[in-house]
Amino acid sequence: MEPGPSLSSPTAPRAAAPLRRGEPLKIATRDAYGKALARLGQTMPRIVVFDADLSGSTKTALFAKRFPDRFFNMGVAEANMIGHAAGAALMGKIPFASSFAMFATGKAWEQVRQTVAVPNLNVKIVASHAGLTVGEDGTSHQMLEDLALMRVLPPMTVVVPADAVATEKAIEAVARRVGPCYVRTSRTSTAVLYEDAVPFEIGRALILRDGTDLTIAACGVEVWHAWKAAEVLAAEGIEARVLDLHTVKPIDEAAIAAAAEETGAILTVEEHQIQGGFGSAVAEVVVRTRPVPMRLLGVDGRFGQSGKAEELLEKYGLTAPHVAAAARALLRRKKGGG
Amino acid sequence: MIAASLTPEQERLRTELLRPERRTPRPPLDADRLRRIRRAAHQLRLDAIEMTHAATCGHPGGPLGMAEIVATLFLEHLVLDPKNPTWSDRDRFVLSNGHTCAGLYSILSQLGFFPRALLPTFRRFGSPLQGHPHYGELPGVEVATGSLGNGVSVAAGMALQAKGDGLPVRIYATTSDGENQEGQPWEQATSSVHYELDNLCLLLDWNNVQIDGHVEDVMSVGDLPAKWAAFGWFVQKVDGHDVQAVHAALSRAKEEKGRPSMIVCKTTLGRGVSYMENNPKFHGVAPNDEEYAQALKELGPVPA
Repeated sequence: MEPGPSLSSPTAPRAAAPLRRGEPLKIATRDAYGKALARLGQTMPRIVVFDADLSGSTKTALFAKRFPDRFFNMGVAEANMIGHAAGAALMGKIPFASSFAMFATGKAWEQVRQTVAVPNLNVKIVASHAGLTVGEDGTSHQMLEDLALMRVLPPMTVVVPADAVATEKAIEAVARRVGPCYVRTSRTSTAVLYEDAVPFEIGRALILRDGTDLTIAACGVEVWHAWKAAEVLAAEGIEARVLDLHTVKPIDEAAIAAAAEETGAILTVEEHQIQGGFGSAVAEVVVRTRPVPMRLLGVDGRFGQSGKAEELLEKYGLTAPHVAAAARALLRRKKGGG
Repeated sequence: MIAASLTPEQERLRTELLRPERRTPRPPLDADRLRRIRRAAHQLRLDAIEMTHAATCGHPGGPLGMAEIVATLFLEHLVLDPKNPTWSDRDRFVLSNGHTCAGLYSILSQLGFFPRALLPTFRRFGSPLQGHPHYGELPGVEVATGSLGNGVSVAAGMALQAKGDGLPVRIYATTSDGENQEGQPWEQATSSVHYELDNLCLLLDWNNVQIDGHVEDVMSVGDLPAKWAAFGWFVQKVDGHDVQAVHAALSRAKEEKGRPSMIVCKTTLGRGVSYMENNPKFHGVAPNDEEYAQALKELGPVPA
C-alpha cells in the first residue's frame, strides 16, 4: 500500500487546484468513470469489471462494449458479485465491481468486509447514484451512509471525486493502487471544476481558494457548493479557505491540521449523514491535532425523498447559500460570539 | 509466512501432488491408495479431536464427518505444491463451511504445508490457525471463510477468471446443508450455470445437523440434490464416507462439460465417535477430558 499522509509536516505545501475557466460545463461523475475505465482497459489487461444489472447506469457498459471478455454481468446479485470480485483478485486480476452505492456498499457490506477487506484484496468498488442527487428514485436508492460503512473498514481507501476531471484521475489512481478501494460517483450532471492538469493524488487535498478566516472542507458534489459559498463570503469580506478532501481515507491529515492551525475554524460539507461520514473523518483529525470550532453540515439523521437533485439539496440545506450561512455562524463561534 | 518442511514421506507425496494428470478422471483406487486415504482421514479425525480438546472450543463434528471427503480430494485430485503454496498453476480449494477448519488444517499439515507442531496452537492467541480460516498467514488457506455463503462465491469467482484465461486449473469448494440456508449460495448456483463453470466442483456435506439442532427442525432445506439439479448443475449424490464413491464422483465431475458440478455427500456428523455421531451438541462444542479420552479410545491409533 502507498503510505497515508503523515502529520510530520503540517505546513507542507498543498496542491493548488487549477480551476476551469470559460463556459460552464456539466458532466456526471459516473460518465467520467465509464470513460476512464474503458480507457484504462486498453493499457491494463488485468482489469476485469463486474456489474449487477446496472451497467447502463453505472456506465460500466462502455467497458463491456469494448472488452466483452473482461466484463461480467452478475445479474441482480450484489453479494455474489463482491465474492466474484474477491475471487478475481485472488487470481491476479484488478477487479472493478459496480452498482448503485446503496447496493454495492449497503446490501453487500458483509461480503465487502469478509471477502475483500479482511483478506486485504485488490478489489475496486466504484458505486454510482450516491446521495440525495439520485433524485426521483427516492429514499430506497439515496445512499447516505456509504462513506461511514466503507471508511470504517481498516484497509479501505475511500475516494469521493468532486467532478468529472477528478473522477477520471481517481479511477486511474485506484486502479494503480494496491488494496481495496471505494470510489463514490453521482448520477446527476455536476459542474466541471478543474482543468485537466489538476494534480490529483490519493490522500492529498486540493486547495481551491486560500483564506484565513475559516476553512470549508468538502468532498464530491458539495465541493462546488463550498466554492460558491466562499465567493459569496468573500464579497462580505470573509476569506474562506476551500479544501477538496476527495480522499476521505486515508485523509490528508496535514492539510486538515494546517487548516485548523491557520484558519481556526473548520466547516465540513457532505452529501451524506453527518454521523460517521466525511465531517466525522475530519473531526477525528482535528481533535487529535489542533482542536478548533467545527460545524458539520450534511444530512442530519434523516433519510431522503423523491425530487429533483437541486430541490433535494436545497431542502436538506446543502446548497451554497446554506453553506455560507453555516460559515457565518461558525465564524461567530470562532470569535466568541456564541 | 510459515515455511514448509517436508518429511521424506511428504516429499514422495509431493511428486504426486504436482502432476497435472490428477485433473483428469482417475481410475478406481487400488488397495494401497485406498489405505492411504483412510489413514489420512483417520489422522484428520484424531487431529480434530486433539485440536478442539486442547482449545476447549471449536467444531469437532463437521471435520469428523468430512474426513473421507477432504482426504480423498487432497490425496488424489488436487494439484498442489506444499513447498510453493502460491504456485500460479495450482488448483484451488475453498472451505466455504469455514467452521470445519480443524480438518483443513490437519490435511494441510499432513501434506507438509506447515509443521504439524502448529496444530496444538489452534484457536490460540498469536496462532495463524484461527478459529475460522484467515487468509494470508497460513500456507494452503486460499480464502478467508467462516461467514457462511461467501466462500462459494469467491470460489466461483476464481473459476470464472481461470476459465476466461484458459487456465487448466480446477476450483473446489466444500459447502454444507446449513450454508444452503443462506441466500448467497443460490445466487452463486445461478451465476455458475450461466457462466458454464465446468472447472468448478462443490462438495456438499449433508449431515442434517447445524448449531441449533437438526436441519429439518431448524430450517428444512428440502431435497438438496434436486434443488441443485434444478438450478442446472451436474449433481451426483454419494455416501460421503465411501472413499471409492467420493473418488469416482470427483473423477466423473471432471468429464462434465459446460456446467458446474455438485457432489452431495451424505455424511454423519461426528463419524467415528459414538457419542458425537448425529449429535447437534458436537457441531460446535469441544470434547471435555472424559469425552476426549473416550474419543481417542474409540478411534484408536492410525492403522498401519
